Amino acid sequence: MPQVRALFCPNCGGTIQLRGYAQTVNAVCEHCLSVLDTKAESLRVIQQIQERTRIEPAIPLGSRGTFEGTRYEAIGFQQRSIDVDDETYSWREYLLFNPYKGYRYLTEYDGHWNYVRTLPALPVRSKYLTRPALVYEGRRFVHFQHAAARTTYVLGEFPWQVRTGETVGTDDFISPPYLLSAESTEHEVVYSLGTYTEPAAVWQAFGLQGAPPWRRGVFANQPSPYSRPASMWRRFASLTALLLVVLISVAIITPHERVLEQVYRYASHTPAAAPFVTPTFELRGRPSSVVVRVDTDIDNDAASFALALINDETGQVWDFGADLGYWHGRDEDGNWSEGRRNAAATVPDVPAGRYYLRVEPSIDEAAPISGVASDPNRERGFKYTLSVTRGWFGWWPFLVAFPLLLIPPIAATARYYSFEGKRWSESDYSTYLSS
Amino acid sequence: MPDRTANCPNCGAPLRFRWSGAVQTTCEYCHSILVRHDLDFRKVGVVAELPLEGSPLQLGSEGVFDNKPFIAVGRIIYEYDQGVWNEWHLLFSDGTSGWLADAQLEYAVSFLTQRSHPLPAPQHLHRGQQFQWDGAVYEVTTITEANYRGVEGELPFEYWDKQRVRFADLRTADARFATLDYSEDPPLLFMGRVVEFDGLRLNNLRHFEGWD
Repeated sequence: MPQVRALFCPNCGGTIQLRGYAQTVNAVCEHCLSVLDTKAESLRVIQQIQERTRIEPAIPLGSRGTFEGTRYEAIGFQQRSIDVDDETYSWREYLLFNPYKGYRYLTEYDGHWNYVRTLPALPVRSKYLTRPALVYEGRRFVHFQHAAARTTYVLGEFPWQVRTGETVGTDDFISPPYLLSAESTEHEVVYSLGTYTEPAAVWQAFGLQGAPPWRRGVFANQPSPYSRPASMWRRFASLTALLLVVLISVAIITPHERVLEQVYRYASHTPAAAPFVTPTFELRGRPSSVVVRVDTDIDNDAASFALALINDETGQVWDFGADLGYWHGRDEDGNWSEGRRNAAATVPDVPAGRYYLRVEPSIDEAAPISGVASDPNRERGFKYTLSVTRGWFGWWPFLVAFPLLLIPPIAATARYYSFEGKRWSESDYSTYLSS
Repeated sequence: MPDRTANCPNCGAPLRFRWSGAVQTTCEYCHSILVRHDLDFRKVGVVAELPLEGSPLQLGSEGVFDNKPFIAVGRIIYEYDQGVWNEWHLLFSDGTSGWLADAQLEYAVSFLTQRSHPLPAPQHLHRGQQFQWDGAVYEVTTITEANYRGVEGELPFEYWDKQRVRFADLRTADARFATLDYSEDPPLLFMGRVVEFDGLRLNNLRHFEGWD
């Protein structure tokens, strides 16, 4: 038996339509915005002061939408505001009604929406670091903000007493995508749980036309689009460990053996400048690289080496070269030096066998001799050590890979904390607020 | 359980009982409030016009709580500054009786409970106060001054001349629920649980036009 009541506003005579049946305690006349007491048979005006500017609810009162499989009708709308440092921040609340299931709420601030219901059980008081927290169903909600919420506009009907200008204390605790709110008066504390809801989902539920307004900023319980960086760091740690294991394994299985080490002298005016060959040496194992290295004591000079690795049995030749030069001196800025005294060349995939090197060192005649008086007849020479190492092993892949591996977790951490910084900048714990 | 019948001492209409333990009932024809003395009924008053209220339950509504079927056989309506709420008197299939509170469509089922420890006096009660009962912490969440607004159907006690009553609602972290009822001294304690509408599997409900 529905209780349809045809009612008229005692203030302006306009018709009042009650959608919330007899649960409704107060209704606002949509014509003159008077707040009416609907409990008595005849309506009574209980408040006439209202903002002169009308606010049009984004969800028209009387429209129905489905949430969690239940249809609800939007029957009430209120705007509430808080004042922070002479700035007024306002959000809007929609009261949804189903005559069997009761009431739900939708809240909207800067284009961010929450679907809200009251809690059947009490949250347990807790702490997170130094901040108050609440635990509800195993989830810890961290205190975000305390506010004195003032009702600044009402429309539609409510199962409780509404007045514009009325203020209640609210405390918001967050655990994205959830927001736990405590509203307290002297005689009552009501806990409610909001779930961050995509604006498009609200539009779809109510079949609203057009696109929802853009969201501005990051809302308290807006879920971060970025995952916690801890997982990225764990991945980084395991990849680094894997890389180390691979490198160490390669180092263990790769033969690494010095097969030749000879000391020579080079002088530009002696026959020693002519090409020569080294003693033979044995290369063993699977085909792998050979590193030929020249270390000199060259001083303010440059040299180049024409080198060939020759297989004594098959005559196969690998030609390659090494250039080096080293200069130093003193000028008005003090001591300086440049270049280097050694050079190395790597010959890859050399099969096992007997080998020798053909070596042809030469002084670079055109080499600039900075800071030293050039003398074409000067005897130029140096001592050098020629070494051949079978197998190649270096740490440089690790040194290259390590910073590359660092990039994703560092980027993820920066993104994550940038988002969290925006979230908390609106809270009582903002690091950007001096107060 | 067979319906026990009697006749209204006021208008002679048949009285139908769903519960043999009923102490009080109302005549659905002349709205007399009748109190039982042994086998006789005595008219003690007339039900005032029940206030408009929106509970989806009605006398005869059936449901299930803790796997036990129940039927709503009576109710008390209270009024407070935020509206009215209903206390539906439930008769369970095993003959026990309990209460289903419908306060603005928030539901809780509770049962009268005896406690050996004294209960707090009304003037010593405040919001946030905690009690340790049955291994759970009950916290006072609401203190309500209510007016008795009417009765309907079968009740387990005489309840027709009450005026202003103080109630305290208590809750726990696991959705347990308790009410302290200061209409009597010592106060009555009802303990139970907050329930979801769907969880009660209710039928034979009121019909609301346009809502099915």
